[in-house]
Parts: sequence; structure tokens; C-alpha cells
Amino acid sequence: MTILLRLGFWALVLAIAVFSLFPFYYAIMSSLRTGSELFTVAYWPTRLDFSNYIAVFDRQPFGRNILNSIIVAGSVVAVSLALSLTAAYAFGRVNFRGRTILLMTILGVSMFPQVAVLSGMFELIRSFGLYNTLPGLILANLMLTLPFTVWVLTTFMRELPKEIEEAAYVDGATPFIVVRRVFLPLMAPAAVTTGLLAFIVSWNEFLFALTFTLTNERRTVPPAIALMSGSSAYELPWGTIMAASVIVTVPVVALVLVFQRKIVAGLTAGAVKG
Amino acid sequence: MSQIVGQAALPVSAPAFENMRERPSRLTRSKVRAAWIFLAPTLIILALIAGWPLARTIWFSFTDASLNNLSDYEFIGFENYIANYDGEWFGILTDPAWWRSVWNTVWFTLVSVSIETVLGIAVALILNAAFPGRGLMRAIILIPWAIPTVVSAKMWNWMLHDQFGVINDLLLRLGLIAAPITWTANSDTALWAVVMVDVWKTTPFMALLILAALQMLPGDIYEAAKVDGIHPVRVFFKVTLPLIRPALLVAVIFRALDALRVFDLIYVLTSNSKDTASMSVFARQQLVDFQEVGLGSAASTLIFLIIALLIVVTIAAGRVRLGGETL
Repeated sequence: MTILLRLGFWALVLAIAVFSLFPFYYAIMSSLRTGSELFTVAYWPTRLDFSNYIAVFDRQPFGRNILNSIIVAGSVVAVSLALSLTAAYAFGRVNFRGRTILLMTILGVSMFPQVAVLSGMFELIRSFGLYNTLPGLILANLMLTLPFTVWVLTTFMRELPKEIEEAAYVDGATPFIVVRRVFLPLMAPAAVTTGLLAFIVSWNEFLFALTFTLTNERRTVPPAIALMSGSSAYELPWGTIMAASVIVTVPVVALVLVFQRKIVAGLTAGAVKG
Repeated sequence: MSQIVGQAALPVSAPAFENMRERPSRLTRSKVRAAWIFLAPTLIILALIAGWPLARTIWFSFTDASLNNLSDYEFIGFENYIANYDGEWFGILTDPAWWRSVWNTVWFTLVSVSIETVLGIAVALILNAAFPGRGLMRAIILIPWAIPTVVSAKMWNWMLHDQFGVINDLLLRLGLIAAPITWTANSDTALWAVVMVDVWKTTPFMALLILAALQMLPGDIYEAAKVDGIHPVRVFFKVTLPLIRPALLVAVIFRALDALRVFDLIYVLTSNSKDTASMSVFARQQLVDFQEVGLGSAASTLIFLIIALLIVVTIAAGRVRLGGETL
């Protein structure tokens, strides 16, 4: 009986693993097949053909798209962390009037539907002359990351014991020094977690990137993949699309595998959107 | 600046700082001032990139602005929402396509979040058991969550391909279907396909939040139940479920708010089809494809109101529950 139970348990674990991994596995399989071969279903690799991976960089500026995504996500993470670390100190360590209502407002902003600001954001970006530029996307993506980085870092900041800053204040430190010398080092692990989540959010962002860019050279990866087209309108280049999908997913999977614990801690601290 | 430099201990200080106690209000005040200085950049940026665009969107919803010239428009009141010319009704609220998108979104939210909650609890219970390779399993289930939505939509689009897709192939081999199904093109199955991909992608998120709640439960309750010989299923419904209910509610609410603004998945999977459009897809279509900033903003404003109402109700309900519950 216990053996049966144990077998059943492992079957369930295996089922979850297969269900989670199969689409990614199948994308890799498909990306390694070309021509008519692609249009027969195969579950195992027959031979390795990397021409799709060459074609994806050949037929469109995919290298440029990846670089754009890295620039946008990197800048968004840097700006969000710099702003939210100081803001989290104020929210987490200082009692001031209006704190709760401000925090609730920020939480509210993090639940905003993106589309609710779309036309206003379009006007803003255009009036700054940032339409179809990377700074425009960075600005727009901050709306998605900043509220939750503030929220998550505030949660982490509150958990630190009070004695830490008291000692520093007694020694005559200013709040600015306390944040830089005391909290910044202590918050480093939390900042890595939050930064990772912000990176993933920005890396995956689609609606703004689709709406605020026009030319293929300025697109980030998600719209580039979504709008990838073949030689004719009726035929989608599935092999290249799968190759592109694998290329952009591998770094994210690597991040997840390495920082799994940190990501889970960050997700549960802020209950961030997925 | 001198007040900030003149900082000393917090108002709640140890006896050693007795001499500081006579002026706690001044110290607190300088700390509060520092807090506002720290907050200012974040608040200004948020006002600029969230508050202002939201206000402009609401304003545009009362105008006839068009996308190629955003500076030339007229105020037209509620005509984007509802208007009557010679007995004929116009506006978003009379547009069947809008109501179709509302229905699609609500249906998608209810179905996908329900399935994800049930599956999420199951996965969390499995991962809560101690077994070798648990850390690896946690990393594995995070992978679907971390893959960009557009990419997962494309992957599934290919797997769901009516002629060459692996899903049809599998189902045919297993004898579950007699003929290939056109998953994403057929309006009967398209929304189910969207639900399937969403379940694949976001069940991990649910499972991890529930798992975090499970891991905080005290072990002795379960030992007591075991000693009393209570059936595990009964223990789950009588002990585990009530105890994780607050965390479960938070997870469900976050997922539901997220599902209500669904865009990427539907846009990529079913390419702008009216039958499957969500509210967000509808709003963007008006705004960008038809260049109708007025109508698009009206739809955006309605989405904002629906979600804002839900958030307010949730927070209010949460407060009531927090006050009344003994947990």
C-alpha cells in the first residue's frame, strides 16, 4: 500500500515536471528542424540543424532587439531600485502622517490595468519626443516596476530590527548616511530579489513596447517575436519563431534556476503579479 | 540641512539617551522631513508616469481626439460612452463588441482563476511534502512563470497548430479526438485555448504563494490529527484549508486583477479576433488600429473603473475580515 502511494506520488511529481517543461522542450525540438521536416510531429531530436538560429539574426535585427531589451530592462531595474530603496526607507522606518494612504495608493497603482494609461502615456511620450525610442519605453515600464519594487522593499525594510539604525543615529549619522551605510548593505539581498523581479517584468513587457515603437530596429524582444513574419503573409516562419523563443527564454530559465530561492522570497513578500 | 545633521536617537530610545528625550518632537520632525525628501523623487515620477497619463486618458474619453493629431480635439461630453442621434444609439456602451469583450474577460477570469486555484493547491500540497529534489521541482515549476507571455503564447500557438500541432497529434494518438481541432481559429475553442495557456503559465505563481502559506502552518496540529486517526482528506478540508484561507484569498485576488487586464496572451494567440477579444484588446484596437483616441480612452476608463471598484471592495472586505477573524 505504501509502495503504491509512493509510486502515485512520484507519478504526480513527474506529471507536473513534464507539464511544466514540455512546451519549452518542444520549442527546442522545433527550432532544430527545418523545411518540410518541421511539419511532421516529432517527440525526439532526429538531427541537429541550427539554420533557424542563423536565420533569426539574418532575416531581422534580432540581435538589436535583444540589446534593446537588455538596455530597457537594465535601466528600468537601476532606476526602480535607486528610487525605491530610499522610498522604502521612508515608508518602512519613519512614521509620518499620510504614510498608510500613500502606500495604499502605490499598491493601487501596481494593480492598475496598463491599458488605462495607454492614451495618456502615448501623449506624454510623444510630447517628450520619445516616441519610438528606448527612453520612452524605460519611462513607460517604470510605471509597472516602481510601485511593486517600493512595496516589496518596504516589506523587507520593516523586518529589520530597530536597534540597527538607533546605534547609527546615536553616533550622529544623518538619515541619508543611515540609508547608504546601514540599510543599503543590509538590503542588498532584498534588492537583488526585487531587481530580478523587475527585470523579468520589464523583459516580458509587451503592450507598451508594441504601442510605443514603430520600427523593427527599436523593438524589444516580445513585440519582435509577436510580429515576426515569413516570406508570405499566410506562412509563419515557425522554425525561426521557435529559435527566437528559445534564445530569449534560456537566460530567464538560467536566472530562475540560479536565483530560485530569492525569486520565491520576493514573490511571497510582495505577492507581485506574475 | 542642519536639522537633519542634528539627528540623534529615535523617540523610543533606551534609558541611556535620557538627555535626548526633552526634544523628541524636533528629532522626529527632522526625520519626517528626511522621509519626504526621500519619497519626493518616487512620488514625482509616479505622478508623472501613472497619475498624469491616467488623468489624461479619462479626459480624452470625453473628447473626439484622434491618434494622428492629439492636440486638435473637441470636448463632446459622454458621447463616447453613450449618445443618441435621431433615435439611434452610439457609443461604447451600446457596442455589442464591447460587451462581448467584457463577457470574454469575465469568463476568462472566472474559469482560469478557478482552475489555477485548484491546481495550485494540489501542486503546493505535493511540493510541501519532503522528498529529494524538491528544490529542483520548485525551480522547474517557476520556468513557465518566467517565460515571457508572448513567447509562451507563440510556443502554444505552434503546439496548438491545427495541422502540424503536437496537441492534436497527441490527442489523435490517444484516440481522444477523431479529427484535428482548429484550436485558436474556432471561436468555441479559442477561449479554452487561452485558458489552457494561462493555466500553464500562472499555476506556478499560485502554487508558490500557497506553498509559502502551507510552510508557515504549525506541525503539531497535523500530529494531533494523526494521533486521533483523522482521515487526511478530512484534515485538509477541516484544518489546512481554513488556515491558509487568508493567503489563498490574497493569491486569488491578485490573479483575478491580473486576469481582468489580460492582453498579451489573447492578442498573440487569437490575433485580434472579435470573438475572443478581451477588454484590453478592445481598447487598444480602438485606440491604435482605428486611431479613435476618444473611444479607446472611454473603454480604458471603463476598465479602470471596473478594476478600481474591485480593488476598493476587496480592501474594504479585507478590513472587515481582518477585524472579525481570530486568526
